[in-house]
Amino acid sequence: MAAIEISGLTKDYQSGFWRKRSWRALDGLTLNVEQGEVLGFLGHNGAGKTTTLKLLTGLIFPTAGTATILGKPLGQPETFRHLGFLPENPYFYDYLTAQELLDYFAQFFPMTAADRVRRRDAVLESVGLVEFRHLPLRKFSKGMLQRLGIAQAILHQPGGGLLAEPMSGLDPTGRREVRDLIVQLKKEGRTVFFSTHILSDAEALCDRVAVLYRGRLVGAGRISDLVIPSLGREPHLEAIVECTPDCARALLGAVLLLSTKPAILSGGQYRIDISERDLPKLLGHCQKEGLRLVSLNPVHPSLEEYFAELSAVAASRASGPSGGRSQP
Amino acid sequence: MTLTSPTLAVARNTFREAVRDRVLYNLVAFAVILIASAVLFGQISIGIQKIILINLGLSSISVFGLLISIFLGIGLVYKEVDKRSLYALLSKPVRRSQFLIGKFLGLNLTLLVNTFFMSAGLWAALYYLTRGFEHGDRYIFVAIYFILLELSLVTAVCLFFSCFSTPVLSAIFTFLLYVIGTFSSDIRAFGELTKSAPMKVLSTALYYLLPNFSDFQIAGWVSHGRPVAGSLILLNTMYTICYGAVLLIASIVVFSRKDLK
Amino acid sequence: MSRLQASKPSVAALLALLVAALGASAAVQFAIDGRRASYNDAPEVLWIPSGKIMKRLSLGHEGLVADIYWTRAVQYYGGQRRDGKTDFNLLGPLLDITTDLDPYLLIAYKFGAIFLSEPSPRGADDPQQAVRLIRKAIQANPDEWRLWGDLGFIYYQNLHDYPAAAAAYLEGSKNPKAAQWMKVMAAVIHEKGGNRQTSRFLWTEIFQSTEDETVRKNAIEHLQGVHASQDIEEIEKRIAQFRGNHGRPPRSFDELIADGLIGGVPTDPLGIPYRIDANGKVLLDPKSKIRLED
Repeated sequence: MAAIEISGLTKDYQSGFWRKRSWRALDGLTLNVEQGEVLGFLGHNGAGKTTTLKLLTGLIFPTAGTATILGKPLGQPETFRHLGFLPENPYFYDYLTAQELLDYFAQFFPMTAADRVRRRDAVLESVGLVEFRHLPLRKFSKGMLQRLGIAQAILHQPGGGLLAEPMSGLDPTGRREVRDLIVQLKKEGRTVFFSTHILSDAEALCDRVAVLYRGRLVGAGRISDLVIPSLGREPHLEAIVECTPDCARALLGAVLLLSTKPAILSGGQYRIDISERDLPKLLGHCQKEGLRLVSLNPVHPSLEEYFAELSAVAASRASGPSGGRSQP
Repeated sequence: MTLTSPTLAVARNTFREAVRDRVLYNLVAFAVILIASAVLFGQISIGIQKIILINLGLSSISVFGLLISIFLGIGLVYKEVDKRSLYALLSKPVRRSQFLIGKFLGLNLTLLVNTFFMSAGLWAALYYLTRGFEHGDRYIFVAIYFILLELSLVTAVCLFFSCFSTPVLSAIFTFLLYVIGTFSSDIRAFGELTKSAPMKVLSTALYYLLPNFSDFQIAGWVSHGRPVAGSLILLNTMYTICYGAVLLIASIVVFSRKDLK
Repeated sequence: MSRLQASKPSVAALLALLVAALGASAAVQFAIDGRRASYNDAPEVLWIPSGKIMKRLSLGHEGLVADIYWTRAVQYYGGQRRDGKTDFNLLGPLLDITTDLDPYLLIAYKFGAIFLSEPSPRGADDPQQAVRLIRKAIQANPDEWRLWGDLGFIYYQNLHDYPAAAAAYLEGSKNPKAAQWMKVMAAVIHEKGGNRQTSRFLWTEIFQSTEDETVRKNAIEHLQGVHASQDIEEIEKRIAQFRGNHGRPPRSFDELIADGLIGGVPTDPLGIPYRIDANGKVLLDPKSKIRLED
């Protein structure tokens, strides 16, 4: 059984007072989050990530489709004994202190009073807010609130967590801390489903990613299995070549032609991207006078490219068949 | 942990929020001062000084209690939805109905404590004036209890509106409903006197549908030390429970289906 | 001193300016008050003349609003007396509204019973209005036997309707809580009609039964009047004796004293000596504030 099973989940919003117009925020999402995996939920702002999380946490109700969390259908409060939620840009009660907030939330779980104190202190420690425990929340910075948000999400040691933009508002140190936390959660075998539009974070943390574009799922899979539609599955290499003053123009031209992407010139060196197939040719060129091979590295398709490609493909599909790009 | 625990947790937190709202202290202090100053008011004769003090005291407690319950009540649900503090809360093992009932109980507790302080001011002023209590004074407790029942219903009205309306509109609607509720005996009288059958049906329906606040207003009666029948106390309590339940259930129905922004 | 320092105004200067402005505004207010006095002389008007409307507007706070109207009624009466005015048109309506809002405010009824029925310059000179007010009172407070006494007093004192007065006292005496004198009064008035003893008793009863200063003061004035009338009757008896002895009225009290008819110069209850006129009639000193009662 997957931790979260989503099937055909759809959400329409009504707008307008006299003539109701409906706008589809999520269209037939089908996705599973397996136990113990870290799944990154990617998409531009407005793609439907927040909608999905709000549907899962029961803050809004689906127009169609179903989902189960740990085998139970949506809308059952008991499910949240095993799940934690970090809202986006969390806001709590600004008249409470950090400690009071955690005490308050702890009361909703079946813990003894002693356990509550222990867990509260433990999470304050984990997120680095121990020295601020008696500070009223109205004095908290955004980053501190974010950390408190994570604290309250893991307070009850849930098996899984839904995190909405967990890195937002954090400085580099904070982001590293959150990353470490997610890694820790994974080590403990917990499931993490987090949404983000910061791709480098997803790249670093996720086992799998799912990409939303305008309410639709346009791609999902392991990062190592990612297929960039236009580039196919061939392995690529990144080579940096340097041109000596007596390098022949034609020779350089031949080398640059091998590149599948526009070459980048910086500091007198050319960075090119070639398919592995073309490596012998490159080596051949470089053995001639005037060219020096500075470095050679394998390239995995970056999440950035994957994401950009998917979005572009989906956009072109949406705009009509005539605007489509050629598929490999 | 039993099922009622989340409700009580919400109630306790609502009380804490109200207590930390500094506006509350201004209102309560003002009311206490007003009651104390009533002692200076009646320069007319000793006999009526006491009547004026009781009338002014009960009216102050009622009015300020009304202000407090509306002021706090309109934000009860709206603030949490608007500021999204509800996101974190509803992702805990708690139902929306428990949240609403907890809020309602918390605000009632707040009103109870405030009314207690204001009443203490009234009793102190009364003692200062008369240096002793008469048998008829005990009915002032009943009047204060009725004010509490009244405020409880106002809170329930406020909670209901707060589930779907902005604070300003909630305040206006609640106040209007309160005013209309004060006239409910007139609505019924109109129904009895009118000759037109549809108007009779309409006014009777309205009379039972709208909250009746005139039942609770006995200040003019107890200021003369007149007794209040136990049956009235019981019936008013039951009315508050029944009609309050109506409002709470309506609130739960509205709120449970609502998409939170 | 640098330029920067010089440009900042000192706190002392600002405070002085503040005080000056306050003084100026106070002076202007004083001048306005002087001008506005003429605007305030407009006749008194009751903006909301109906008790029923006022009751609805009270939104459940009728007791307090009744107290406010009661205060207004007392101040209205006191104000008219102080300004030497003799019309009390608003008194009835004010008391009516007061008692519509609080039907149990007995002091308001008593006040109305006395000051609505009192002739000028002490009251509104409208005993019928007072009767209506008391009948309303009795309807709302059927157990208050004293209200029958107030009703009887209006009939006795201002309407001189002795049968009606006796009937009212009798009705009140039926209440088992009623004082004994109610029954006695019924009989006495029935038999003797208006007489000084009865009046003195009733005014004394009014004085003792209320804590309201205005009512008490009024009762004392009446008692003083009764007392003075009594005095004058007594003195005129002695004067008749003198006349019998000397064939003419006395020219002064000294003559009476010389004759041993009185012990000293008699004074009225306020301590001011009486006067004898040329025909031997005893009069109050013009400076005395007492009004004679028959």
